[in-house]
Amino acid sequence: MYHSKILVTLRQSILDPQGKAVEHAAHSLGYERVRNVRIGKFVELNVDAASKEEAEKITKEVSEKLLANPVMEDFSFTIEKK
Amino acid sequence: MSLKFGIVVFPGSNCDHDSHYVAETILGQDARLIWHKESSLGDVDAVILPGGFSYGDYLRCGALARFSPIMKDVVRFAKNGGAVFGICNGFQVLVEAGLLPGVLLRNSSLKFVCKYVHLKVENSETLFTSQCQRGEVLEIPIAHGDGNYFTDLETLKRLEDRNQIVFRYCEETGAITEEANPNGSLSNIAGIINEQGNVMGMMPHPERASDPVLRHTDGRKVFNSIVESFVRQSQLS
Repeated sequence: MYHSKILVTLRQSILDPQGKAVEHAAHSLGYERVRNVRIGKFVELNVDAASKEEAEKITKEVSEKLLANPVMEDFSFTIEKK
Repeated sequence: MSLKFGIVVFPGSNCDHDSHYVAETILGQDARLIWHKESSLGDVDAVILPGGFSYGDYLRCGALARFSPIMKDVVRFAKNGGAVFGICNGFQVLVEAGLLPGVLLRNSSLKFVCKYVHLKVENSETLFTSQCQRGEVLEIPIAHGDGNYFTDLETLKRLEDRNQIVFRYCEETGAITEEANPNGSLSNIAGIINEQGNVMGMMPHPERASDPVLRHTDGRKVFNSIVESFVRQSQLS
C-alpha cells in the first residue's frame, strides 16, 4: 500500500480572492509582512499498488482527471510506502 | 407537437422542479425529471442540467456531478447535436464535463450573490435565443457563489470570434461596465454556447423569471426560443 499526499493549487495566472481576504486579515492582525497568500487544497489517499511507479501513475491520473481542474489548478504530490 | 424536456436531477439539485414547472406548466410542453443514476436519457428532445448544489459543491462545483452515470449519455446526446442547456450549477457541470470551455471560479467578492441582473443578448441566432433581439437587455436573477467565468485569452478570443458569448452582464441601458459585473467574470460573460451551437450554459436563472406571478418574465424568452427552434426545425424537415 502506498500513501499519496497531493497539493492542488490555483495557477499563478488566476486571481485568488480567498487568499487576498486572508492576507488582509493577517495584516489587520498586525502581520504586515505576510505577502502573496494563496489558498489551495490538500488531499491524501492510499493506493493499493504493487510498486511505487504504479502508485505514481494512478495518483497522477486521478489528480488530472478529478482532483484538479487543469484550466485553473496545478497539482503536485509525494508518495510513501505504508 | 410537444417538445420533450429531460431535466437531470443530481443529489443537491434544487432548481429541477422550477425548470420542470416552466417546461410543463408555463410552456405546455412535456417534461420529465431524470435521476442522475439512470444510464439513459430516454426519448428527449432537449436536456436541462438545473441549478443547485450537486454533491454539495464538494471538491469543485460540478466536479463530481460530471461523473454521475447519466452524464455519459448527456455527453453522447450533446456530441450527436442534441440540445443541452445548463443553468447555474448546470453550467458548472458542463464546463467540468468539457462540453463548454473555461471554468467558473469563486465570485471576486467572495460573497454569494442573489439578485436581479441585466443581461445583454450578444447572440440571438442560437437555438436558445432565437426569440430575443441582438442587443436586447433581459432582467433575470442570479444566485451563486461561484459564477466568475474564466478562461485563457486564446479561448476568449475564439469565443468572441465565433460569436459564442451569448449573454453579458450589463447596465439597464445595455452598457457593459465593471459595475454591472456581479462576480468578476472575464469580459462580463454570463452565458456561452459551444461551437456547434447545441450546448449552452448560463449562470443566471431564466426559470426563475418565467412565471408572470413572479412579475419578471424575460427568462421565458430563452425557453420559448428552444421550443420555437424545434418547431421551425420540424417544419423544415
